[in-house]
Amino acid sequence: MSGEVVAFWCLSAVLVGSALAVVLTKNLFHAVLWLALALTGTAGVFLLLDAEFLAAVQILLYAGGIVTIVVFAIVVTERLVGERISQTSRRIAGGAVVSIVLVSLIASAVMQRPLADVRPPMAEDLTREIGDTVPTRFVLPFELLALLMLAALMGAIYFARPED
Amino acid sequence: MGLQAYLTLAAVVFCIGFFGVITRRNTIGILLGIELMLNSVNINLVAFARFSGDVTGMVFTVFTICITVAEAALGLAIVILLFRVRRTVTADHLDLLKG
Repeated sequence: MSGEVVAFWCLSAVLVGSALAVVLTKNLFHAVLWLALALTGTAGVFLLLDAEFLAAVQILLYAGGIVTIVVFAIVVTERLVGERISQTSRRIAGGAVVSIVLVSLIASAVMQRPLADVRPPMAEDLTREIGDTVPTRFVLPFELLALLMLAALMGAIYFARPED
Repeated sequence: MGLQAYLTLAAVVFCIGFFGVITRRNTIGILLGIELMLNSVNINLVAFARFSGDVTGMVFTVFTICITVAEAALGLAIVILLFRVRRTVTADHLDLLKG
């Protein structure tokens, strides 16, 4: 087995295991920490796919940013409610059946298609290529994204304003 | 590893996130499930980009990561506001709009 196959299976085990832990642990704080591990595992998958820049963005924004604000939200809401937040689940059997049916449907659809096994050669420096493409070919989505970020910023400030 | 392996991995993670969304009662727990689902979609985008030799999928992964961060920030702001108003944790109790 080549190194890539070994790395893929190790990362898959980490990713699936930590994802299961995110949805199954009782303690919400532990679930967030497992989510951080799952997001870091995804960054590893990006590295396997030669996307170094995306792996760095993934760790900076997801594992750094989102996990921090979720922990912040948990701490704030626990103080507001005044009791520990545990998270219980309901209808686990039904949810498991629906999820397994869904994953088997997707997997069978994926397996039936003849998909590429070899990677075509790409530019040496993918980071440079992404940087070249964003302000030229995808300038409109980029500007729309800036608008969305502004709206989200204003919305978050509006929601979090102090009570008057 | 071929494209199919990556797509299957993403499908498994997506369905685990979906399981979390439909079974969790806690609002923040539901948001964590949504994060997992969005994350698995990114794996699909990057895998397709790499195996088709086109950088477009990677550019759109950058976009979806930004959108996800905005979604998480707004979702958590809404959760904090809901806690402030209703003093409750579970999604079942948030039935303000129920007629």
